[in-house]
Amino acid sequence: MTGPGFDLGRVRGDFPLLRQEVRGRALVYLDSAATGQKPQAVLDALTRYYTHDNANVHRGVHILSERSTQAYEDAREAVRRFLNAKDAREVIFVRGTTEAINLVAATYGRKSVGPGDEVLISAMEHHSNIVPWQMVCDAAGAKLRVIPVDDRGELRLDAVDALLTERTRLLAITHVSNALGSINPIKELVAKAHAKGIPVLVDGAQSVTHFPVDVQDLDCDFFAFSGHKLFGPTGIGVLYGKLAMLESLPPYQGGGDMILSVTMEKTVYNRVPHRFEAGTPDMAGAVGLGAAIRYLEGVGLSAIAQHDQWLLAYATQALEAVPGLKLVGTAPKKTGVLSFTLADVHPHDVGTILDQEGICIRTGHHCAQPLMQRFGVAATVRASLALYNTPEDVDALVKGLHKVREVFA
Amino acid sequence: MSSDLKDLYQEVVLEHSKRPRNFRVVEGATCTAEGYNPLCGDQLSVTLKMDGDVIRDIGFQGQGCAISKASASLMTGAVKDKTRAEAEALFERVHTLVTEGPEKVDPETLGKLAVLSGVSEFPARVKCASLAWHTLHAALDGRSTSVSTE
Repeated sequence: MTGPGFDLGRVRGDFPLLRQEVRGRALVYLDSAATGQKPQAVLDALTRYYTHDNANVHRGVHILSERSTQAYEDAREAVRRFLNAKDAREVIFVRGTTEAINLVAATYGRKSVGPGDEVLISAMEHHSNIVPWQMVCDAAGAKLRVIPVDDRGELRLDAVDALLTERTRLLAITHVSNALGSINPIKELVAKAHAKGIPVLVDGAQSVTHFPVDVQDLDCDFFAFSGHKLFGPTGIGVLYGKLAMLESLPPYQGGGDMILSVTMEKTVYNRVPHRFEAGTPDMAGAVGLGAAIRYLEGVGLSAIAQHDQWLLAYATQALEAVPGLKLVGTAPKKTGVLSFTLADVHPHDVGTILDQEGICIRTGHHCAQPLMQRFGVAATVRASLALYNTPEDVDALVKGLHKVREVFA
Repeated sequence: MSSDLKDLYQEVVLEHSKRPRNFRVVEGATCTAEGYNPLCGDQLSVTLKMDGDVIRDIGFQGQGCAISKASASLMTGAVKDKTRAEAEALFERVHTLVTEGPEKVDPETLGKLAVLSGVSEFPARVKCASLAWHTLHAALDGRSTSVSTE
Protein backbone atom coordinates (compact mmCIF):
# COMPACT_ATOMS: atom_id res chain seq x y z
CA MET A 1 0.00 0.00 0.00
CA THR A 2 1.59 3.28 -1.06
CA GLY A 3 1.32 6.80 0.26
CA PRO A 4 -1.64 8.56 1.80
CA GLY A 5 -3.15 9.79 -1.53
CA PHE A 6 -3.21 13.37 -0.31
CA ASP A 7 -0.88 15.95 1.19
CA LEU A 8 -0.80 14.63 4.75
CA GLY A 9 1.07 17.65 6.12
CA ARG A 10 -1.53 19.96 4.69
CA VAL A 11 -4.46 17.91 6.00
CA ARG A 12 -2.86 17.88 9.45
CA GLY A 13 -2.56 21.63 9.27
CA ASP A 14 -6.33 21.86 8.77
CA PHE A 15 -6.92 20.58 12.33
CA PRO A 16 -5.95 23.29 14.82
CA LEU A 17 -6.42 21.09 17.89
CA LEU A 18 -3.56 18.87 16.77
CA ARG A 19 -1.14 21.79 16.94
CA GLN A 20 -0.65 21.71 20.68
CA GLU A 21 1.59 20.35 23.35
CA VAL A 22 0.19 18.34 26.21
CA ARG A 23 2.18 17.37 29.26
CA GLY A 24 5.18 19.02 27.61
CA ARG A 25 5.03 16.93 24.46
CA ALA A 26 3.50 17.20 21.00
CA LEU A 27 -0.03 15.81 21.15
CA VAL A 28 -0.54 12.40 19.53
CA TYR A 29 -4.24 11.81 19.02
CA LEU A 30 -5.12 8.17 18.35
CA ASP A 31 -8.70 8.12 19.64
CA SER A 32 -10.70 9.14 16.59
CA ALA A 33 -13.00 6.13 16.83
CA ALA A 34 -14.31 7.77 20.01
CA THR A 35 -14.57 11.21 18.47
CA GLY A 36 -12.89 12.92 15.54
CA GLN A 37 -11.12 16.27 15.66
CA LYS A 38 -12.60 19.16 13.73
CA PRO A 39 -11.05 20.87 10.71
CA GLN A 40 -10.94 24.67 10.60
CA ALA A 41 -13.65 24.56 7.91
CA VAL A 42 -16.11 23.11 10.44
CA LEU A 43 -15.16 25.59 13.16
CA ASP A 44 -15.57 28.43 10.66
CA ALA A 45 -18.96 27.17 9.50
CA LEU A 46 -20.22 27.10 13.10
CA THR A 47 -18.95 30.61 13.79
CA ARG A 48 -20.38 31.90 10.51
CA TYR A 49 -23.76 30.34 11.18
CA TYR A 50 -24.06 31.82 14.67
CA THR A 51 -22.56 35.16 13.60
CA HIS A 52 -24.77 35.75 10.57
CA ASP A 53 -27.62 33.32 10.06
CA ASN A 54 -28.93 32.00 13.38
CA ALA A 55 -32.73 31.76 13.44
CA ASN A 56 -35.24 28.96 13.85
CA VAL A 57 -35.88 26.83 10.77
CA HIS A 58 -39.11 26.25 8.84
CA ARG A 59 -40.98 28.84 10.92
CA GLY A 60 -40.06 32.49 10.48
CA VAL A 61 -41.02 34.66 7.56
CA HIS A 62 -37.93 36.78 8.02
CA ILE A 63 -34.66 36.74 6.18
CA LEU A 64 -32.67 35.04 8.93
CA SER A 65 -35.09 32.14 9.15
CA GLU A 66 -34.91 31.87 5.39
CA ARG A 67 -31.10 31.70 5.51
CA SER A 68 -31.08 29.29 8.41
CA THR A 69 -33.60 27.01 6.71
CA GLN A 70 -31.55 27.12 3.54
CA ALA A 71 -28.34 26.25 5.40
CA TYR A 72 -30.06 23.41 7.25
CA GLU A 73 -31.56 21.95 4.09
CA ASP A 74 -28.26 22.41 2.23
CA ALA A 75 -26.68 20.26 4.92
CA ARG A 76 -29.35 17.62 4.33
CA GLU A 77 -28.47 17.66 0.65
CA ALA A 78 -24.76 17.33 1.51
CA VAL A 79 -25.57 14.19 3.53
CA ARG A 80 -27.70 12.82 0.69
CA ARG A 81 -24.77 13.24 -1.70
CA PHE A 82 -22.32 11.80 0.85
CA LEU A 83 -24.37 8.61 1.27
CA ASN A 84 -25.59 8.60 -2.33
CA ALA A 85 -29.19 8.47 -1.11
CA LYS A 86 -31.83 8.84 -3.79
CA ASP A 87 -33.70 11.66 -2.15
CA ALA A 88 -32.87 14.26 0.52
CA ARG A 89 -36.12 13.34 2.28
CA GLU A 90 -34.42 10.07 3.20
CA VAL A 91 -32.06 11.97 5.50
CA ILE A 92 -33.31 12.58 9.04
CA PHE A 93 -31.26 14.69 11.42
CA VAL A 94 -30.99 13.21 14.90
CA ARG A 95 -28.56 13.62 17.81
CA GLY A 96 -26.28 10.78 16.78
CA THR A 97 -26.03 7.11 15.90
CA THR A 98 -27.58 6.11 19.21
CA GLU A 99 -30.66 8.23 18.66
CA ALA A 100 -30.93 7.05 15.05
CA ILE A 101 -31.05 3.43 16.19
CA ASN A 102 -33.47 4.27 18.99
CA LEU A 103 -35.68 6.03 16.46
CA VAL A 104 -35.91 2.86 14.39
CA ALA A 105 -36.47 0.80 17.53
CA ALA A 106 -39.25 3.12 18.72
CA THR A 107 -41.02 3.25 15.37
CA TYR A 108 -40.28 0.24 13.19
CA GLY A 109 -39.52 -1.95 16.22
CA ARG A 110 -42.70 -1.11 18.05
CA LYS A 111 -44.77 -1.50 14.90
CA SER A 112 -43.30 -4.68 13.48
CA VAL A 113 -41.85 -6.79 16.28
CA GLY A 114 -44.38 -8.97 18.09
CA PRO A 115 -44.47 -11.94 20.45
CA GLY A 116 -42.27 -14.80 19.26
CA ASP A 117 -40.56 -12.64 16.65
CA GLU A 118 -36.80 -12.24 16.41
CA VAL A 119 -34.35 -9.40 15.94
CA LEU A 120 -30.94 -10.41 14.64
CA ILE A 121 -27.76 -8.55 15.59
CA SER A 122 -24.10 -9.59 15.71
CA ALA A 123 -21.65 -10.38 18.49
CA MET A 124 -19.54 -7.34 17.58
CA GLU A 125 -22.20 -4.70 18.20
CA HIS A 126 -21.66 -1.60 20.23
CA HIS A 127 -24.04 -1.28 23.19
CA SER A 128 -26.17 1.21 21.27
CA ASN A 129 -27.01 -1.47 18.72
CA ILE A 130 -27.72 -4.07 21.41
CA VAL A 131 -29.67 -2.36 24.17
CA PRO A 132 -32.44 -0.75 22.04
CA TRP A 133 -33.18 -4.17 20.52
CA GLN A 134 -33.18 -5.84 23.92
CA MET A 135 -35.72 -3.22 24.97
CA VAL A 136 -37.86 -3.85 21.88
CA CYS A 137 -37.68 -7.61 22.40
CA ASP A 138 -38.47 -7.37 26.11
CA ALA A 139 -41.50 -5.18 25.43
CA ALA A 140 -42.78 -7.37 22.59
CA GLY A 141 -41.95 -10.80 23.98
CA ALA A 142 -39.56 -11.29 21.08
CA LYS A 143 -36.12 -12.87 21.02
CA LEU A 144 -32.73 -11.30 20.32
CA ARG A 145 -30.48 -13.52 18.26
CA VAL A 146 -26.79 -13.02 17.62
CA ILE A 147 -24.50 -13.77 14.67
CA PRO A 148 -21.24 -15.13 16.15
CA VAL A 149 -17.75 -13.83 15.46
CA ASP A 150 -14.66 -15.97 14.80
CA ASP A 151 -11.26 -15.75 16.46
CA ARG A 152 -9.97 -13.16 14.02
CA GLY A 153 -12.97 -10.95 14.60
CA GLU A 154 -14.78 -11.81 11.41
CA LEU A 155 -18.50 -12.40 11.27
CA ARG A 156 -19.40 -16.08 10.95
CA LEU A 157 -21.22 -15.79 7.64
CA ASP A 158 -21.90 -19.53 7.60
CA ALA A 159 -24.21 -19.01 10.57
CA VAL A 160 -26.24 -16.23 9.01
CA ASP A 161 -28.59 -18.24 6.80
CA ALA A 162 -29.87 -20.30 9.71
CA LEU A 163 -30.27 -17.22 11.89
CA LEU A 164 -32.40 -15.38 9.33
CA THR A 165 -35.72 -17.09 9.96
CA GLU A 166 -39.33 -16.46 9.08
CA ARG A 167 -39.64 -14.84 12.50
CA THR A 168 -36.78 -12.36 11.95
CA ARG A 169 -38.20 -8.86 11.70
CA LEU A 170 -34.92 -6.95 11.37
CA LEU A 171 -31.20 -7.45 10.93
CA ALA A 172 -29.40 -4.66 12.81
CA ILE A 173 -25.67 -4.79 12.24
CA THR A 174 -22.59 -2.66 12.39
CA HIS A 175 -20.72 -1.82 9.19
CA VAL A 176 -17.37 -1.64 11.00
CA SER A 177 -16.61 -2.87 14.52
CA ASN A 178 -15.55 0.01 16.78
CA ALA A 179 -13.48 -2.33 18.94
CA LEU A 180 -11.88 -4.55 16.26
CA GLY A 181 -12.01 -2.56 13.05
CA SER A 182 -13.50 -5.53 11.13
CA ILE A 183 -15.50 -4.50 8.05
CA ASN A 184 -18.67 -6.53 7.62
CA PRO A 185 -19.84 -7.60 4.13
CA ILE A 186 -23.01 -5.53 4.35
CA LYS A 187 -24.02 -5.87 0.72
CA GLU A 188 -23.95 -9.65 0.96
CA LEU A 189 -25.83 -9.61 4.27
CA VAL A 190 -28.50 -7.27 2.91
CA ALA A 191 -29.00 -9.57 -0.10
CA LYS A 192 -29.39 -12.57 2.21
CA ALA A 193 -31.87 -10.73 4.46
CA HIS A 194 -33.85 -9.24 1.59
CA ALA A 195 -34.17 -12.66 -0.02
CA LYS A 196 -36.28 -13.48 3.02
CA GLY A 197 -38.06 -10.12 3.09
CA ILE A 198 -36.15 -8.90 6.16
CA PRO A 199 -35.12 -5.23 6.36
CA VAL A 200 -31.60 -4.26 7.45
CA LEU A 201 -30.34 -1.43 9.64
CA VAL A 202 -26.65 -0.61 9.33
CA ASP A 203 -24.74 1.14 12.13
CA GLY A 204 -22.32 3.20 10.07
CA ALA A 205 -20.73 5.18 12.89
CA GLN A 206 -17.29 3.68 12.23
CA SER A 207 -17.45 3.21 8.48
CA VAL A 208 -18.26 6.65 7.07
CA THR A 209 -15.07 8.02 8.62
CA HIS A 210 -12.84 5.57 6.76
CA PHE A 211 -14.22 4.88 3.28
CA PRO A 212 -16.97 5.99 0.85
CA VAL A 213 -20.42 4.57 1.57
CA ASP A 214 -23.19 4.17 -1.00
CA VAL A 215 -26.52 3.28 0.57
CA GLN A 216 -28.08 2.50 -2.79
CA ASP A 217 -25.33 0.08 -3.60
CA LEU A 218 -25.57 -1.53 -0.16
CA ASP A 219 -29.36 -1.53 -0.55
CA CYS A 220 -29.79 -1.26 3.23
CA ASP A 221 -33.10 0.01 4.58
CA PHE A 222 -31.62 2.16 7.36
CA PHE A 223 -28.16 3.60 7.89
CA ALA A 224 -27.07 5.51 11.00
CA PHE A 225 -24.03 7.66 11.74
CA SER A 226 -22.83 10.46 14.04
CA GLY A 227 -21.52 13.89 13.11
CA HIS A 228 -18.86 14.07 15.79
CA LYS A 229 -17.00 10.97 14.62
CA LEU A 230 -17.11 12.34 11.07
CA PHE A 231 -15.06 15.39 12.15
CA GLY A 232 -18.24 17.46 12.53
CA PRO A 233 -19.89 18.83 15.68
CA THR A 234 -21.29 16.82 18.56
CA GLY A 235 -25.02 16.46 19.05
CA ILE A 236 -25.87 15.88 15.40
CA GLY A 237 -26.24 12.64 13.53
CA VAL A 238 -28.16 11.07 10.71
CA LEU A 239 -30.66 8.35 10.15
CA TYR A 240 -30.98 7.42 6.51
CA GLY A 241 -34.05 5.39 5.61
CA LYS A 242 -35.54 4.33 2.30
CA LEU A 243 -38.36 6.73 1.55
CA ALA A 244 -41.11 4.13 1.34
CA MET A 245 -39.92 2.60 4.61
CA LEU A 246 -39.86 5.96 6.40
CA GLU A 247 -43.30 6.84 5.09
CA SER A 248 -44.69 3.61 6.46
CA LEU A 249 -43.46 4.32 10.01
CA PRO A 250 -45.45 5.86 12.85
CA PRO A 251 -44.17 9.15 14.31
CA TYR A 252 -41.25 9.15 16.75
CA GLN A 253 -41.31 12.15 19.10
CA GLY A 254 -44.28 14.52 19.10
CA GLY A 255 -43.94 18.29 18.99
CA GLY A 256 -43.39 21.27 16.75
CA ASP A 257 -42.44 20.86 13.10
CA MET A 258 -43.47 17.19 12.97
CA ILE A 259 -47.10 18.21 12.40
CA LEU A 260 -49.16 19.77 9.63
CA SER A 261 -52.08 20.71 11.82
CA VAL A 262 -53.09 20.20 15.42
CA THR A 263 -56.51 20.46 16.99
CA MET A 264 -57.25 19.19 20.44
CA GLU A 265 -59.02 16.28 18.76
CA LYS A 266 -56.58 15.32 16.06
CA THR A 267 -53.10 15.90 14.68
CA VAL A 268 -52.09 15.54 11.06
CA TYR A 269 -48.43 14.58 10.90
CA ASN A 270 -45.95 16.29 8.67
CA ARG A 271 -44.27 14.60 5.76
CA VAL A 272 -40.94 12.78 5.90
CA PRO A 273 -38.31 13.82 7.00
CA HIS A 274 -39.86 16.59 9.15
CA ARG A 275 -42.21 14.07 10.72
CA PHE A 276 -39.19 12.64 12.55
CA GLU A 277 -37.61 15.96 13.54
CA ALA A 278 -39.83 17.23 16.33
CA GLY A 279 -38.83 20.49 17.99
CA THR A 280 -36.06 22.89 17.08
CA PRO A 281 -33.32 20.78 15.54
CA ASP A 282 -29.58 21.26 15.98
CA MET A 283 -29.33 23.70 13.12
CA ALA A 284 -25.73 24.73 13.73
CA GLY A 285 -24.82 21.06 14.17
CA ALA A 286 -26.32 20.21 10.79
CA VAL A 287 -24.51 23.12 9.16
CA GLY A 288 -21.26 21.99 10.78
CA LEU A 289 -21.83 18.42 9.60
CA GLY A 290 -22.45 19.71 6.08
CA ALA A 291 -19.14 21.57 6.28
CA ALA A 292 -17.35 18.43 7.51
CA ILE A 293 -18.70 16.46 4.57
CA ARG A 294 -17.64 19.13 2.09
CA TYR A 295 -14.19 19.17 3.71
CA LEU A 296 -13.83 15.38 3.41
CA GLU A 297 -15.03 15.47 -0.19
CA GLY A 298 -12.38 18.12 -0.83
CA VAL A 299 -9.65 15.83 0.52
CA GLY A 300 -11.18 12.93 -1.40
CA LEU A 301 -13.06 10.02 0.17
CA SER A 302 -11.12 7.42 -1.79
CA ALA A 303 -7.82 9.06 -0.88
CA ILE A 304 -8.88 8.95 2.79
CA ALA A 305 -9.60 5.22 2.43
CA GLN A 306 -6.17 4.73 0.85
CA HIS A 307 -4.48 6.61 3.69
CA ASP A 308 -6.37 4.49 6.22
CA GLN A 309 -5.15 1.22 4.70
CA TRP A 310 -1.61 2.51 4.24
CA LEU A 311 -1.30 3.64 7.84
CA LEU A 312 -3.07 0.55 9.18
CA ALA A 313 -0.52 -1.67 7.44
CA TYR A 314 2.33 0.40 8.88
CA ALA A 315 0.85 0.39 12.39
CA THR A 316 0.05 -3.33 12.38
CA GLN A 317 3.63 -4.17 11.53
CA ALA A 318 5.04 -1.71 14.07
CA LEU A 319 2.83 -2.97 16.90
CA GLU A 320 3.40 -6.64 16.16
CA ALA A 321 7.08 -6.03 16.81
CA VAL A 322 6.39 -4.93 20.41
CA PRO A 323 7.14 -7.88 22.71
CA GLY A 324 4.07 -9.15 24.55
CA LEU A 325 1.63 -7.25 22.37
CA LYS A 326 -1.35 -9.18 21.09
CA LEU A 327 -3.74 -7.69 18.56
CA VAL A 328 -7.41 -8.41 19.16
CA GLY A 329 -9.20 -8.26 15.83
CA THR A 330 -7.14 -9.38 12.87
CA ALA A 331 -9.80 -9.68 10.20
CA PRO A 332 -8.32 -9.43 6.69
CA LYS A 333 -10.74 -6.63 5.90
CA LYS A 334 -10.52 -3.93 8.53
CA THR A 335 -10.18 -0.22 9.06
CA GLY A 336 -7.57 1.70 11.03
CA VAL A 337 -8.46 0.38 14.45
CA LEU A 338 -5.79 -1.41 16.49
CA SER A 339 -7.10 -3.09 19.59
CA PHE A 340 -4.55 -4.93 21.69
CA THR A 341 -3.39 -6.22 25.01
CA LEU A 342 0.15 -5.88 26.33
CA ALA A 343 1.33 -8.92 28.28
CA ASP A 344 -0.09 -8.78 31.82
CA VAL A 345 -0.36 -5.00 31.95
CA HIS A 346 -3.94 -3.87 32.35
CA PRO A 347 -5.07 -1.55 29.52
CA HIS A 348 -5.97 1.12 32.05
CA ASP A 349 -2.37 1.28 33.24
CA VAL A 350 -1.15 1.39 29.63
CA GLY A 351 -3.51 4.33 29.04
CA THR A 352 -2.22 6.33 31.99
CA ILE A 353 1.43 5.88 31.04
CA LEU A 354 0.79 6.73 27.37
CA ASP A 355 -1.14 9.79 28.48
CA GLN A 356 1.95 11.00 30.31
CA GLU A 357 3.70 10.83 26.93
CA GLY A 358 1.03 13.00 25.34
CA ILE A 359 -0.57 10.04 23.57
CA CYS A 360 -4.38 9.76 23.62
CA ILE A 361 -5.71 6.25 23.16
CA ARG A 362 -8.81 4.52 24.45
CA THR A 363 -8.77 1.77 27.04
CA GLY A 364 -11.65 -0.31 28.31
CA HIS A 365 -14.38 -2.41 26.80
CA HIS A 366 -15.30 0.20 24.17
CA CYS A 367 -19.00 -0.16 25.00
CA ALA A 368 -18.85 -3.62 23.47
CA GLN A 369 -18.74 -5.82 26.57
CA PRO A 370 -20.19 -8.97 24.95
CA LEU A 371 -17.45 -8.77 22.32
CA MET A 372 -14.76 -8.46 25.00
CA GLN A 373 -16.21 -11.57 26.66
CA ARG A 374 -16.03 -13.33 23.30
CA PHE A 375 -12.29 -12.70 23.21
CA GLY A 376 -11.82 -13.47 26.89
CA VAL A 377 -10.54 -10.04 27.87
CA ALA A 378 -12.05 -7.45 30.20
CA ALA A 379 -10.63 -4.62 28.19
CA THR A 380 -8.19 -3.68 25.45
CA VAL A 381 -6.06 -0.74 24.47
CA ARG A 382 -7.41 0.79 21.28
CA ALA A 383 -5.49 3.07 18.96
CA SER A 384 -7.71 4.36 16.18
CA LEU A 385 -6.44 6.14 13.11
CA ALA A 386 -7.90 9.00 11.10
CA LEU A 387 -6.94 10.98 8.01
CA TYR A 388 -4.72 13.32 10.06
CA ASN A 389 -2.59 10.57 11.63
CA THR A 390 0.97 9.98 10.50
CA PRO A 391 3.56 7.21 10.75
CA GLU A 392 5.24 9.42 13.38
CA ASP A 393 2.11 9.11 15.55
CA VAL A 394 2.45 5.34 15.31
CA ASP A 395 6.16 5.54 16.15
CA ALA A 396 5.35 7.62 19.23
CA LEU A 397 2.82 5.00 20.30
CA VAL A 398 5.36 2.20 19.94
CA LYS A 399 7.92 4.20 21.92
CA GLY A 400 5.30 4.81 24.60
CA LEU A 401 4.52 1.10 24.79
CA HIS A 402 8.19 0.37 25.42
CA LYS A 403 7.99 2.82 28.36
CA VAL A 404 5.01 0.87 29.68
CA ARG A 405 7.04 -2.31 29.48
CA GLU A 406 9.86 -0.65 31.45
CA VAL A 407 7.52 0.45 34.25
CA PHE A 408 6.00 -3.02 34.50
CA ALA A 409 9.20 -4.98 33.87
CA MET B 1 9.39 8.54 33.81
CA SER B 2 7.69 11.68 35.13
CA SER B 3 7.68 12.15 38.89
CA ASP B 4 3.86 11.98 38.96
CA LEU B 5 4.00 8.63 37.23
CA LYS B 6 6.66 7.43 39.66
CA ASP B 7 4.42 8.44 42.53
CA LEU B 8 1.51 6.56 41.00
CA TYR B 9 3.40 3.38 40.24
CA GLN B 10 5.55 3.14 43.33
CA GLU B 11 7.44 -0.10 43.89
CA VAL B 12 5.01 -1.19 46.58
CA VAL B 13 2.04 -0.61 44.27
CA LEU B 14 3.61 -2.60 41.46
CA GLU B 15 4.63 -5.36 43.85
CA HIS B 16 1.14 -5.68 45.32
CA SER B 17 -0.43 -5.66 41.87
CA LYS B 18 1.83 -8.48 40.73
CA ARG B 19 1.47 -10.51 43.90
CA PRO B 20 -1.80 -9.47 45.52
CA ARG B 21 -2.21 -10.52 49.15
CA ASN B 22 -5.34 -12.34 50.32
CA PHE B 23 -6.34 -13.02 46.71
CA ARG B 24 -8.83 -15.70 47.67
CA VAL B 25 -12.35 -16.41 48.75
CA VAL B 26 -12.65 -16.52 52.55
CA GLU B 27 -14.06 -19.82 53.65
CA GLY B 28 -17.16 -19.57 55.79
CA ALA B 29 -17.51 -15.90 54.90
CA THR B 30 -20.22 -14.02 56.74
CA CYS B 31 -20.58 -11.26 54.18
CA THR B 32 -19.62 -10.63 50.63
CA ALA B 33 -20.09 -7.98 47.95
CA GLU B 34 -19.32 -7.46 44.28
CA GLY B 35 -17.74 -4.25 43.01
CA TYR B 36 -17.80 -3.12 39.45
CA ASN B 37 -16.26 -0.25 37.50
CA PRO B 38 -18.25 0.09 34.27
CA LEU B 39 -15.68 2.52 32.87
CA CYS B 40 -13.04 -0.15 32.46
CA GLY B 41 -14.90 -3.38 33.12
CA ASP B 42 -13.02 -4.05 36.35
CA GLN B 43 -14.79 -6.40 38.64
CA LEU B 44 -13.92 -7.66 42.09
CA SER B 45 -15.52 -9.47 44.97
CA VAL B 46 -14.72 -9.05 48.64
CA THR B 47 -15.46 -11.78 51.17
CA LEU B 48 -15.38 -11.17 54.93
CA LYS B 49 -15.53 -13.23 58.05
CA MET B 50 -16.84 -11.13 60.88
CA ASP B 51 -16.43 -11.99 64.53
CA GLY B 52 -19.00 -9.76 66.14
CA ASP B 53 -17.86 -6.33 65.08
CA VAL B 54 -14.35 -7.34 64.10
CA ILE B 55 -13.11 -8.31 60.64
CA ARG B 56 -11.35 -11.61 61.36
CA ASP B 57 -10.58 -12.53 57.77
CA ILE B 58 -10.87 -10.84 54.39
CA GLY B 59 -10.11 -11.83 50.84
CA PHE B 60 -10.69 -10.42 47.38
CA GLN B 61 -10.83 -11.78 43.88
CA GLY B 62 -11.37 -10.36 40.44
CA GLN B 63 -9.63 -8.53 37.68
CA GLY B 64 -8.43 -5.01 37.39
CA CYS B 65 -5.60 -2.65 36.72
CA ALA B 66 -2.46 -2.35 38.83
CA ILE B 67 -3.97 0.44 40.91
CA SER B 68 -7.20 -1.37 41.73
CA LYS B 69 -5.41 -4.64 42.50
CA ALA B 70 -2.79 -2.97 44.67
CA SER B 71 -5.42 -0.97 46.52
CA ALA B 72 -7.48 -4.11 47.17
CA SER B 73 -4.42 -6.05 48.28
CA LEU B 74 -3.28 -3.30 50.66
CA MET B 75 -6.82 -2.91 51.94
CA THR B 76 -7.12 -6.54 52.98
CA GLY B 77 -3.93 -6.22 55.01
CA ALA B 78 -4.99 -2.96 56.58
CA VAL B 79 -8.48 -3.85 57.78
CA LYS B 80 -7.86 -7.34 59.10
CA ASP B 81 -8.57 -7.50 62.84
CA LYS B 82 -10.04 -4.00 62.73
CA THR B 83 -13.55 -3.20 63.84
CA ARG B 84 -16.17 -2.17 61.38
CA ALA B 85 -15.91 1.45 62.57
CA GLU B 86 -12.10 1.43 62.25
CA ALA B 87 -12.33 0.02 58.71
CA GLU B 88 -14.89 2.64 57.73
CA ALA B 89 -12.72 5.40 59.19
CA LEU B 90 -9.75 4.10 57.22
CA PHE B 91 -11.86 4.13 54.05
CA GLU B 92 -12.65 7.80 54.71
CA ARG B 93 -8.96 8.62 55.04
CA VAL B 94 -8.01 6.67 51.90
CA HIS B 95 -10.76 8.42 50.00
CA THR B 96 -9.46 11.81 51.12
CA LEU B 97 -5.91 10.72 50.23
CA VAL B 98 -6.74 9.69 46.64
CA THR B 99 -9.10 12.56 45.91
CA GLU B 100 -7.51 15.48 47.73
CA GLY B 101 -3.87 14.48 48.10
CA PRO B 102 -1.45 13.41 50.84
CA GLU B 103 -1.28 16.81 52.54
CA LYS B 104 -4.91 16.43 53.63
CA VAL B 105 -4.29 13.25 55.60
CA ASP B 106 -1.93 12.48 58.44
CA PRO B 107 0.39 9.81 56.94
CA GLU B 108 0.84 8.22 60.35
CA THR B 109 -2.80 7.10 60.28
CA LEU B 110 -2.44 5.41 56.90
CA GLY B 111 0.44 3.00 57.28
CA LYS B 112 1.32 1.26 54.00
CA LEU B 113 -1.76 2.71 52.35
CA ALA B 114 0.17 5.97 51.99
CA VAL B 115 1.68 4.55 48.78
CA LEU B 116 -1.67 5.29 47.12
CA SER B 117 -0.98 9.02 47.48
CA GLY B 118 0.13 9.33 43.83
CA VAL B 119 -3.40 8.61 42.67
CA SER B 120 -4.53 12.12 43.62
CA GLU B 121 -2.58 13.49 40.64
CA PHE B 122 -4.55 11.20 38.31
CA PRO B 123 -8.28 12.00 38.64
CA ALA B 124 -9.14 9.32 36.06
CA ARG B 125 -7.68 6.68 38.39
CA VAL B 126 -9.50 7.57 41.62
CA LYS B 127 -12.24 5.06 40.86
CA CYS B 128 -9.64 2.32 40.37
CA ALA B 129 -8.16 3.01 43.79
CA SER B 130 -11.49 3.20 45.59
CA LEU B 131 -13.33 0.27 43.98
CA ALA B 132 -12.22 -2.29 46.57
CA TRP B 133 -13.09 0.08 49.40
CA HIS B 134 -16.59 0.76 48.09
CA THR B 135 -17.02 -2.98 47.83
CA LEU B 136 -15.79 -3.50 51.39
CA HIS B 137 -18.25 -0.83 52.52
CA ALA B 138 -21.09 -2.68 50.79
CA ALA B 139 -20.03 -5.99 52.31
CA LEU B 140 -19.91 -4.47 55.81
CA ASP B 141 -23.34 -2.99 55.19
CA GLY B 142 -24.60 -6.45 54.38
CA ARG B 143 -25.84 -5.26 51.04
CA SER B 144 -26.19 -8.17 48.68
CA THR B 145 -26.50 -6.09 45.52
CA SER B 146 -23.37 -5.20 43.59
CA VAL B 147 -21.86 -1.76 43.85
CA SER B 148 -20.70 0.36 41.00
CA THR B 149 -18.27 3.24 40.92
CA GLU B 150 -20.53 5.10 38.49
